[in-house]
Amino acid sequence: MLSSASTSSRFMPPQATEVAQNVDTLYGFLLVISLISCVLVIGGLIYFAVKYRRHTENDKTPYISHNATLEFLWSFIPFLLFMASFVWGWIVYHQLRTAPTDALEVMVRGQKWNWTFAYKNGRTSASEMFVPVGQNVRLIMGSSDVIHSFYIPAFRTKQDVVPGRYTSLWFNAEKEGDYQVFCAEYCGDQHSGMQAKIHVVSREKFEDWLGNDPYKDLPLVEVGRKVYTSRCVACHTLTDQKAVGPGWKGVFGRKEKLEGGSDITVDENYVRESILDPNAKVVLGFPRGVMPTFAGQLSEQEISGAIEFIKSLK
Amino acid sequence: MATATHDPNKNYINEKSGIWSWLTTLDHKRIGILYMISVMSFFAIGGTFAMLLRWELFSAGRNIMDAHQYNQVFTFHGAIMVFMVIIPGIPAFLGNFILPLQIGAKDVAFPRVNLMSWYCLMIGAAIAFFSLFYNGVDTGWTFYTPYSISTQNGTLLMVVGAFIIGFSSILTGLNFIVTVHKLRAPGMSFWRLPLFIWALYSTALLQILATPVLAITLLLLTAERVLGIGIFDPKLGGDPVLFQHFFWFYSHPAVYIMILPAMGVVSELIATFSHKTIFGYKAIALSSVGIAAVSFFVWGHHLFVSGQSEVAGILFSFITMLVGVPTAIKVFNWVATLYRGSMRFDSPLLFALGFIFLFTIGGVTGIILAVIGVDVHFHDTYFVVAHFHYVMVGGTLMAIMGGIYYWFPKMFGRMVNEFWARISFVLIFVGFNVTFFPQFILGAMGMPRRYYDYLPEYQSLNRISSVGAWTIGTGFLVGLFVIIHGMRKGVKAGPNPWGGKTLEWQTASPPPHENFHVQPVVTAGPYEYR
Repeated sequence: MLSSASTSSRFMPPQATEVAQNVDTLYGFLLVISLISCVLVIGGLIYFAVKYRRHTENDKTPYISHNATLEFLWSFIPFLLFMASFVWGWIVYHQLRTAPTDALEVMVRGQKWNWTFAYKNGRTSASEMFVPVGQNVRLIMGSSDVIHSFYIPAFRTKQDVVPGRYTSLWFNAEKEGDYQVFCAEYCGDQHSGMQAKIHVVSREKFEDWLGNDPYKDLPLVEVGRKVYTSRCVACHTLTDQKAVGPGWKGVFGRKEKLEGGSDITVDENYVRESILDPNAKVVLGFPRGVMPTFAGQLSEQEISGAIEFIKSLK
Repeated sequence: MATATHDPNKNYINEKSGIWSWLTTLDHKRIGILYMISVMSFFAIGGTFAMLLRWELFSAGRNIMDAHQYNQVFTFHGAIMVFMVIIPGIPAFLGNFILPLQIGAKDVAFPRVNLMSWYCLMIGAAIAFFSLFYNGVDTGWTFYTPYSISTQNGTLLMVVGAFIIGFSSILTGLNFIVTVHKLRAPGMSFWRLPLFIWALYSTALLQILATPVLAITLLLLTAERVLGIGIFDPKLGGDPVLFQHFFWFYSHPAVYIMILPAMGVVSELIATFSHKTIFGYKAIALSSVGIAAVSFFVWGHHLFVSGQSEVAGILFSFITMLVGVPTAIKVFNWVATLYRGSMRFDSPLLFALGFIFLFTIGGVTGIILAVIGVDVHFHDTYFVVAHFHYVMVGGTLMAIMGGIYYWFPKMFGRMVNEFWARISFVLIFVGFNVTFFPQFILGAMGMPRRYYDYLPEYQSLNRISSVGAWTIGTGFLVGLFVIIHGMRKGVKAGPNPWGGKTLEWQTASPPPHENFHVQPVVTAGPYEYR
């Protein structure tokens, strides 16, 4: 059997949970069985192909219609292997899906195209979450628009995040580190940009982070920069280059043509309206309905910060 | 066999002339050729999109298109290849041409319906392509809700196109079932049917039972988009996961609509080119029916992480394992047929052996994905992309190519250039493995599918994959050249250049209108090499 260590490193993501090790052990078993089956079938194929190539057009071939014993064996042995794999997979799946009752619960929200996290004490974060090492964590997840999927390769787990209902996922990270989160269910233009990081840290660091106001003593423009890097970066650049949405450099104070033909100056009111109700006034050349609303998701401080930050990009 | 009343120089190709005689033909062979031209054209378009995708993925970041264009390109690549190439590829093209010949019939049971099904494909395809003028489609070929409800208007056209193409599939299936039941030559009992016919018959059952579910689903999706009736959209009180159940209730059996006929082709090729009776004829025949039956109850393995219940997931994992058994039986039987055979390595056999090689890898990785505890990691990653390409391209397309080269002398009365046919095989086979094997590793490393951009650690494997894709592209271009050259300049072929035993080899190449000058009578099984 392949040891799980040899399948990790280059060909697998890091193993950060106990369940991940169990998944890899099972995967190793399946790989070995698959390899043996392929060698038997393909090896037999090549051997026969070489040995029984045609010598003359009048070669006689034996008339072998079937062989009951052989056919029983090559039906029954695969069946047994399939059943063994199935039961083992069931056991691992049960571990993946059964959250311990003492888990730390975090609410997760997926929205085109970022992830936000809310802790019980009111601390929120976007595009990154912190959890203590060795702690059972349960994520209760919902979506504000289309289906997303919360995928952490290092934990070997994923769960679709569906609008209109909650789904959940749990893990217990055993090693400190920063782990990649992907969106695994196709959700539109910035699907591949819908990423996040899970920072697994010591309990002290986690408590510090949890109790800490992320914007404490920060000037408004720096608050805006943080909002940008966690929420806006998927669609807006800091240059004057257009991505999904307009680039922010020099946009403030500019006169823009709207869809209807009228003009508007990008001022505080327009930026605020575009954050809260993006479809109210769409600039010509940008598709309608792409930007989601951030109403109820950004605080007044964050909105003011974002306006201040855009203003600063001259 | 030809008697004096028949002009031996007349065949289905030169019997009438003019484009109109083709567009209104009721001859199953001519309709088969119409399908061949359409499917090859769609394949060229879908393949071009694939080349563009691999170009974009050659390096991380933007290469030749933006994210929105990329999403449209992979949507069109998938939708074209599934609905317009692989599903009609073998049944409607090779099946149409060969099925009546192999059972000793003059034509299919309903020639007019047969022509209508080709028009359904063409009209559906035209509507689907028309969506390009309405901002295109960016939903992926799966049209998952609620994304497909909220995105651009072209989606509706694509959905209507797929709906109409579905009728093409239903009508062909219906036609084949009736033909096999009613028009077999005297003496051709069910246990004397060639295995290609068994495979087409099983496929036809799936086509008429499963495709209406897709039609209903797409209709509901249209009703939701146009009339605002809440079925799948949670904003209107619907359930988005319900769409996935409906969609895969069709689309999983559809996977077998794609692969079963390919297995039938391979059975023919293996028997003919090893000059040996097929090992375990009944087991292969019945496993086709078995796979078709079980395939209706495995759709939930596409929903392991969708939020369906744990019990449902486990049941679907179990039933999926059961499909593995008849599939394994087929593979073992093919290999056993080679034992003590007399093999001639013409290009059709190369494609058949290539099929077994690639399909075996596609099959075992399918089992890995069916193991539910492991699938949670692999679901929606490149591992899945690699797996289904090994089955659909490594399986079905290899069989189509092998089948074209095999039946080419029957269709056009000429042989292809064997040297270049083998070159096309080598390029496609090697290119295929270079393209898709690295994708298994990418998936295991965690790279999700449908990603426009990726992390730097995935770049080197993506580069290898792109180079492989261009190699496949070259291989298919060579194949196209071989086919066109063969039609115009190929050496004249006799009625039975390969020494085949099935009925299509007992008539002239190309066959006359209504196939046989004298009604054949069957007195033995299909692979009597004694």
